[in-house]
Amino acid sequence: MSEAVRETPKKERPQFRNIHVMDLALSYRWPLGSVVSILHRASGVVLFLLSPVVLYLLQLSLRSEVSFSYFQGIASHWFVKLVLLALIWGYMQHFCAGVRHLFMDVHMGIEKHSARASAIAVLAVSLALTALSGLKLFGVF
Amino acid sequence: MAKNNIGPNRLVVGAHYGLKDWLAQRVTAIVMVLYTGILLVSFLTGDNFSYEGWAGLFAQQWFKLFSAVTLLGLFYHAWVGMRDIWMDYVKSVALRLTLQVATLLWLIACAVWTVQILWSV
Repeated sequence: MSEAVRETPKKERPQFRNIHVMDLALSYRWPLGSVVSILHRASGVVLFLLSPVVLYLLQLSLRSEVSFSYFQGIASHWFVKLVLLALIWGYMQHFCAGVRHLFMDVHMGIEKHSARASAIAVLAVSLALTALSGLKLFGVF
Repeated sequence: MAKNNIGPNRLVVGAHYGLKDWLAQRVTAIVMVLYTGILLVSFLTGDNFSYEGWAGLFAQQWFKLFSAVTLLGLFYHAWVGMRDIWMDYVKSVALRLTLQVATLLWLIACAVWTVQILWSV
């Protein structure tokens, strides 16, 4: 057997098992892709839990002229607008990260640098769409 | 002992719902992208929102159906996502099953309510 094919002794490699949530919070580095990933999950749960609220608002806005003006009354309060804006951000974040997922499913943008670039794009575009909706919501345009 | 997959040697993988659910989540996502695009553009470009305009949009049959398909798709999408989350984080089978059943009941209720709302206009 030649020198080249002789097995080299395996180097001791670190193993990471049973990652505790505190490890994630304190001692692990967060690449932007993982920030987008956990936001996708968290926003999904929030949207799932708030779906009856959205349905209730949709019902108010559609049922009758009276309930529509009641809906307008609720939605014109600044605090409700802020809550709606938070919900819109959650939706936009989930939306943009989902579009990124769809591209990755067809093997587009899965290299390290392009995945990082698209993660930045997701965070930026969702914030921009939220800001645009916020300006509209607060009557700037 | 007959190899009938029942008992301690039972085959517990390969239920074949994985690919189907994965695909359903993607298809419903694409429908939601289209629907969101329409609503977002009409929200950002519209002004003087009135009941006539809003209810008039939802009174048209094509938009009613589009809304229903999108929202029902959304609930299926949410089911796949929530099930993934329960499977990832909840290790107790009894608790996981309870949460999954609660999720399903919750989503079915939302789906029925959606149909009621859309066909009340």
